[in-house]
Amino acid sequence: MSKEWPLWEVFIRSQHGLAHKHVGSLHAPDAEMAINNARDVYTRRNEGVGIWVVRAADVASSSPGDKGPLFEPSQSKVYRHPTFFPMPEEVKNL
Amino acid sequence: MLDDQFEFLLRLGDNALVLSQRLCEWVGKGPALEEDMALANTALDLLGQARLWLTLAGEVEGAGRGEDRLAHGRDAHEFRNLLIVERPNGSYADTLVRQYLFDEWHHRVLDALKRSSDGRVAAIAEKAAKEVAYHLRRSADLVVRLGDGSAESARRMQAALDELWMYTGEMFAADGVDEVMEAHGVCASVASLREEWLADVGATLAEARLAMPAPDAWMQKGGKQGRHTEHMGYLLAEMQFLQRAYPGQQW
Repeated sequence: MSKEWPLWEVFIRSQHGLAHKHVGSLHAPDAEMAINNARDVYTRRNEGVGIWVVRAADVASSSPGDKGPLFEPSQSKVYRHPTFFPMPEEVKNL
Repeated sequence: MLDDQFEFLLRLGDNALVLSQRLCEWVGKGPALEEDMALANTALDLLGQARLWLTLAGEVEGAGRGEDRLAHGRDAHEFRNLLIVERPNGSYADTLVRQYLFDEWHHRVLDALKRSSDGRVAAIAEKAAKEVAYHLRRSADLVVRLGDGSAESARRMQAALDELWMYTGEMFAADGVDEVMEAHGVCASVASLREEWLADVGATLAEARLAMPAPDAWMQKGGKQGRHTEHMGYLLAEMQFLQRAYPGQQW
């Protein structure tokens, strides 16, 4: 068994209605302790109403080398942005 | 009655203050960054609680002593904390077992104080109980993990438990102050918390595969009355240094 605790990625939901957002990572031996540690490390300043933790090893990631094929084609397609509609003042968090 | 209430509030405040000071000694030395921060958080929670209790104690006393004077201007024999909270940190096992035994008691005391006849006491207890519920959740979890961990962690946890057990009796030993407070409905009977405490500590220790020492073992006492161990003076010397060297100095 490795002596180092595995790495966990931490996601905090800052208020109801918003999505969980990645805030950082930490070490912990299992999920339960990862949540306790996340509470202690990342919610000290009243940041959250909910915590997710995911083992960093379980996160599948796109490769930086694929940036061109993955993202460049969308740059020239301005019509995909919904910027042609007036947005009512009352609509928040969109 | 006012004298008793002052004593009673000092006990609550001093428990939180002295344990907070002990936990602060771990800052920068925890076994992992996450543990270091968790202990510092607990210490800060307790310091906040100590401030509330000592401020109220100063008001009840009516002699113009505020939280700072009470924290930094009293000598060891004027402190009213339980002996267990002034015990040296030792290894991480010693610190965790101390924390767990205290948390199991602390959360019960605060829970009962939420129904205090004194509204100011109930309000502080209400706030503190939420913090202490988390302290307990964390310390109980770690006691199980390390008790039922490696051979070395189990050995250290058992040794810490056997060493600290004799400091738990004082939590449930009522004296005149407790009796007056109970008679006025300010607090519940301290002895009445013992059975539940024993049951819950027993359940956690069983899960941790640690042997519970005998409940009727010989117990230390005296902290609540101001008779402290030899460690108390050193703890205060460090905590009070600044106010002793520069009296009245402000942040």
